[in-house]
Amino acid sequence: MSSVFAPRPLIPDTAVSDLIPLIAHRRPDCVFAYRKGQPIRAGQFLAQALQLAARLSGAPLLNACSDRYHFAVGLAAAALARSRSLLPPTHTPEVIRFLRAADPDTLCLTDAEDCPIDLPQLRYPEATAGSPEHWPPPQISADQVIADVFTSGSTGTPVAHRKHWGRLVRCVRIEAERLALAGEPLPTLVATVPAQHMYGLESSVLLAMQSGAPLSAEHPFFPADICTALAMTPEPRILVSTPIHLRALLASAAPIPRLMQVVSATAPLDVKLAQEVEACLGVPLLEIYGSTETGQIASRRPAHAAAWHLWNDVRLEQRDERTWATGGHIETRTPLGDQIELIDAHHFQLGARLQDVVNIAGKRNSIAYLNHQLLAIPGVSDGAFFLPEADDGHGSRVVRLSAAVVAPGLDAATVLQYLRERVDAVFLPRPLLMLTALPRTSTGKLPLHALRALLAQPDGTTSSFG
Amino acid sequence: MADVDEAARPRVAHKSPESGAILQELATLITTALNLEVSADQIDPDAPLYREGLGLDSIDILEIAVVVAKRYDLQLKADSQENHQIFRSLRSLADYVERNAPAPHRRPK
Repeated sequence: MSSVFAPRPLIPDTAVSDLIPLIAHRRPDCVFAYRKGQPIRAGQFLAQALQLAARLSGAPLLNACSDRYHFAVGLAAAALARSRSLLPPTHTPEVIRFLRAADPDTLCLTDAEDCPIDLPQLRYPEATAGSPEHWPPPQISADQVIADVFTSGSTGTPVAHRKHWGRLVRCVRIEAERLALAGEPLPTLVATVPAQHMYGLESSVLLAMQSGAPLSAEHPFFPADICTALAMTPEPRILVSTPIHLRALLASAAPIPRLMQVVSATAPLDVKLAQEVEACLGVPLLEIYGSTETGQIASRRPAHAAAWHLWNDVRLEQRDERTWATGGHIETRTPLGDQIELIDAHHFQLGARLQDVVNIAGKRNSIAYLNHQLLAIPGVSDGAFFLPEADDGHGSRVVRLSAAVVAPGLDAATVLQYLRERVDAVFLPRPLLMLTALPRTSTGKLPLHALRALLAQPDGTTSSFG
Repeated sequence: MADVDEAARPRVAHKSPESGAILQELATLITTALNLEVSADQIDPDAPLYREGLGLDSIDILEIAVVVAKRYDLQLKADSQENHQIFRSLRSLADYVERNAPAPHRRPK
């Protein structure tokens, strides 16, 4: 995984046939999506995907659509045109430069009025009234790479994780079983996570495509928006969300329409919050564990059991003090970012996060990568990011990073401005300490306790927010 | 919070005594809820809340929405045309709260 594009793995896929229909909907008049309460039929979805596919050349497509239905049309069109969908974790200028350098033909599909992404842009074509339908669903080869989902990498450049159609389908079919998505009517999936995030891609877009459950085109953010999006969607409904949104939803006391189930991922859910969600909404809450590299690999109902239940066929192996996930839909054997305690072949407990890996609001990064970006700033002679407190990942508060920097000619605002260009906003340090020297030991080491001690000495040199 | 002495705060050109009080109270609520290292009276009421100003991100904005819902019984919405305007600065947020919160909740506690 050190190269930009991981070598293509073999696909000994026995569980799914070689050709898999793009969508699992049974008839062209099945509802594929709801937008502001209005249904969009499966046959319309296919027709629009084929129309858009005709405009794609096979070059990589950065799918930046914020409307989840538009995103799904873009993803399907790219698959039909044999274009890879590019899904980077963030659209900072640095990441966009990287994508353009990797392939100068890369296009950006956008539905924004004013999209700042510096790539040749393809405006999402709005459907005309009375748009045609297409049926039956086209088939996609299981071994076609349909997406590159990126992580930040640890050396300064994003790392692409190739996603084959067959493996993605295999993963979300197991999720559909865990959610008991069967029978009519299938619940509509309303999600607060972006479709571009691996969890959102799987649990809102691909799950809908491969279970036949309708998706909600909305991407609600505030608690009131979540309630509105749910209220506009016919029952039954599933809310696909995160600990951050669920906590805000309960705390704001917004009137929450009736649900069938709640799904949470991106960060460990506090058991107390899980119990509150179940008690307040009167529905089961399923939590999902996964990563960009592995996709979703386990689920549990935290209000009832601490143990995680692995996806069928996924295996965990412990070696070199790490736990590796392999088998099933997993593309390549992958070390996990958490300490894992195995219970049996199909169950495990989640321990603390490994020290170098940080996960803030579902965005994962490594301290090594962040330090690399910090030290790349002209004028910075030394610097380090650190977690201000032990983060066991189970608290309900979002823990932010701190950083200590030695940069004689720069002020904190300038350092922050550089960082903003290079890293996602959630990783910006709070506070950023401007120092004359870091508390290194005589051997040059930088103990975490010494960095944390800096936070306890307020003086005029700190700047929290530039 | 005590009533705000208008003359003592020339930087804050209030529309009404109520909005000045809301602005001060919001500043306190936000610095507490977000665990900011600046004190409430250090926040420039006209600086952007996002990015270059206070440097808040979407997680913080969600937190502010919770604070506003709890304190003022007012649910913020992203689909509102005014949304960009609302989060332009602490003052515009305070103005929005003043115009939209149910009356009994606007008085300082």
